[in-house]
Amino acid sequence: MMKYAKASMETIAGIEIFPLISLGIFFAFFLAVGWYVLRADKRHFRKMSEMPIDANETTHS
Amino acid sequence: MQMERFRYDNAIVRNFIVASILWGTVGFLVGLWVALELIFPQLNFELPFLTFGRLRALHTNAVIFAFVGNAMFGGIYYSLQRLLKARMASDLLSAIHFWGWQLIIVAAAITLPMGITSSKEYAELEWPIDIAIALVWVAFGVNMISTIIKRRERHLYVAIWFYIATFVTVAVLHIFNSLELPVSLFKSYSVYAGVQDALVQWWYGHNAVAFFLTTPILGLMYYFLPKAANRPVYSYRLSIIHFWALIFLYIWAGPHHLLYSALPDWAQSLGTVFSVMLIAPSWGGMINGLLTLRGAWDKVRESVVLKFFVVSVTAYGMSTFEGPMLSLKNINAIAHFTDWIPAHVHIGTLGWNGFLIFGMIYWLMPKIYRTSLFSDKMANAHFWIGTLGILFWALPMYVAGFTQSLMWKDFNPDGTLAYGNFLETVTQLIPMYALRALGGTLYIVGMVLLIINVVRTVRSGELLREEEAEAPALERAYAGHKGEHWHRWIERKPLQMTFWSLVVILIGGIIEIVPTILIKSNIPTIASVKPYTALELEGRDIYIREGCNACHSQMVRPFRSEVVRYDPVHQQYSMAGEYVYDHPHLWGSKRTGPDLHREGGKYPHSWHYNHMWDPTSMSPGSLMPRYTWLYSANGRDASLNTSLTEKKLKAMVQLGVPYTEEYIANWEEELNMQAKSIADELNKDPNIKVQPREEIVALIAYLQRLGTDIKKEPALALNQP
Ligand code: HEC
Repeated sequence: MMKYAKASMETIAGIEIFPLISLGIFFAFFLAVGWYVLRADKRHFRKMSEMPIDANETTHS
Repeated sequence: MQMERFRYDNAIVRNFIVASILWGTVGFLVGLWVALELIFPQLNFELPFLTFGRLRALHTNAVIFAFVGNAMFGGIYYSLQRLLKARMASDLLSAIHFWGWQLIIVAAAITLPMGITSSKEYAELEWPIDIAIALVWVAFGVNMISTIIKRRERHLYVAIWFYIATFVTVAVLHIFNSLELPVSLFKSYSVYAGVQDALVQWWYGHNAVAFFLTTPILGLMYYFLPKAANRPVYSYRLSIIHFWALIFLYIWAGPHHLLYSALPDWAQSLGTVFSVMLIAPSWGGMINGLLTLRGAWDKVRESVVLKFFVVSVTAYGMSTFEGPMLSLKNINAIAHFTDWIPAHVHIGTLGWNGFLIFGMIYWLMPKIYRTSLFSDKMANAHFWIGTLGILFWALPMYVAGFTQSLMWKDFNPDGTLAYGNFLETVTQLIPMYALRALGGTLYIVGMVLLIINVVRTVRSGELLREEEAEAPALERAYAGHKGEHWHRWIERKPLQMTFWSLVVILIGGIIEIVPTILIKSNIPTIASVKPYTALELEGRDIYIREGCNACHSQMVRPFRSEVVRYDPVHQQYSMAGEYVYDHPHLWGSKRTGPDLHREGGKYPHSWHYNHMWDPTSMSPGSLMPRYTWLYSANGRDASLNTSLTEKKLKAMVQLGVPYTEEYIANWEEELNMQAKSIADELNKDPNIKVQPREEIVALIAYLQRLGTDIKKEPALALNQP
């Protein structure tokens, strides 16, 4: 398996294209996350962001 | 709703914090010591275990893994329990994690000064310790993920995502970078060679910065900053983008450590592009942190904790701006190998990591000891002295970096180097090194204030080992609601989160590394490059043991200023094919001394013999340490240990180095012959009396071999930049 992969990869012309493909993957993913973040419910985010503050804790000083 | 009662484990938090303070102090002191050694090389007292090359590794390991590591675990154990409304899943795993980690640190503190090292930066520990690290790391991960699974809070706050990504990525990095073939309990060879080894190393090295010194600290920032300011983070949206963008981009940026090296061009470009893109999420994170305090700057004036956080987050912004700048080829050409890099690193460690940790400690220790901080004034003094310390550390180093780089590249009108003697570019920097040591001293004074303050605080209170808490149980059968968004689904599912983080970082790693390892054309073979002889191999292992690579690079970059300096005759820069038998690579990352890749044949043996005994005898004013323990003199026995030589040769064969069976059968004869010829040559000098089997002879054999193969290759002799 490894041998096969190796043999074929050695001969792939312009393997440099690989990074470009993954850049594309990224881009798509970011659009998706950005889309989600912009559209998502504000109340949900507010609740999430208050988690460190209201964590039930014995307060003292 | 049914309330469940449970208890938070504060003792484990306390343990980690105390360990961080203790080891941190040790790590800082070792750092100061090595800084002083660059001004006063005599400070190694001719003792191997006090020498720069060995102690430098101890310093970096101590501050990264012991100081920051312990503090981050303490902070994670504190925040994780509260964010999940659950006690850590297993007290036993917590204990294994804590004590295992401390044992590893002790093992490092013993083996590194002994010269037991793999030589790979920030991964110097030998293979048995590597295995222990993997096991303890898994204990930490299992404990964390089990806690997440039995949580009482449905959604995972963003800090926890950062913790998960940290766990997953460090595990992957550590395993792949540490693949090595053991020769004995204390010696192994990297399975990768040369360029590939360098790429894997810096893929690891860079991401150790990203996922050990950044993502967990960001998690802590997202918890402790809002906590101390008592207001939510500025934008939770931004934090989501910050998270995904950061872990996506970071994993690709490693090759920026290898610009202008023998690494294939496309991999270098990849490193640059992704590094520049990294500015966006990093600054997003910094802005998010700072804006959390918008309209509350009066609080910052009053709270020393917030002051520490503000400087910390600002330092994060500075170093994440500087990092991408350093990845630009033209800036990298100037900065690489100079003191600019330590300056950059220390803004990150002293400022970003250190100050966040100090702020956290000042906030957290009084909390779990149910008291208030002993002295706000003292903490404020710490803040100011520490800030001054950072400035005194970094600013002179920027000056030193620029100065040295300009001197390296300065030509006379007639085309000769203005500073042909490398040493001139070193002695110039010594005043800067002195200021840096002052900066380090100030930083340590601040640490002493912290220790006093913490001890007094602890004495005035009592540790609340088990903190009572209550929360409703999670309904198990929660099915999500209709039309629920996919991202919220991931947020609820820790295992999915872990899985996707893994996928994200693996894509980057695989696309970057696999082609470099598999594609033959990436590393054109050079017929005249041959494996090291047995004696040279032993000499190379001495070079590794002594950590010469902490000061010397072995990578002549394709600049006129470098080929003229390092290879005046052939003017040939370093080629990928020259390193194919280098397990591990020894490119180095800092030129405190000159590059050695073309050292062979530059001087007679006797020059090296005298220079290694006392560098100032050959190079007056040199700050290179003396290596008198490589000589059988003054009652010391420095016989070359060849008990492992055969095993080493066989290990190399397993790794693909073409030693013939015949060579391996006759290695001892060959070694003796080469050693004798070097010793005979040396003994012609009336002031020298050396035995063939002394360690210094093996080291000289190695130094004299460096770069000589390529000079035998006629076709390449004209290859000028
Ligand atoms: C603290 C940093 C430091 C360490 C560690 C160090 N060196 Fe050096 N080295 C220097 C400096 C600075 C010079 C330039 C001045 C001189 O010639 O001594 C130098 C010069 C040299 C030279 C002469 C290079 C030339 O072409 O002129 C050799 C060879 C050398 N070192 C070998 C070693 C070896 C082998 C080790 C490890 C056993 C080592 N060095 C460890 C700093 C260091």
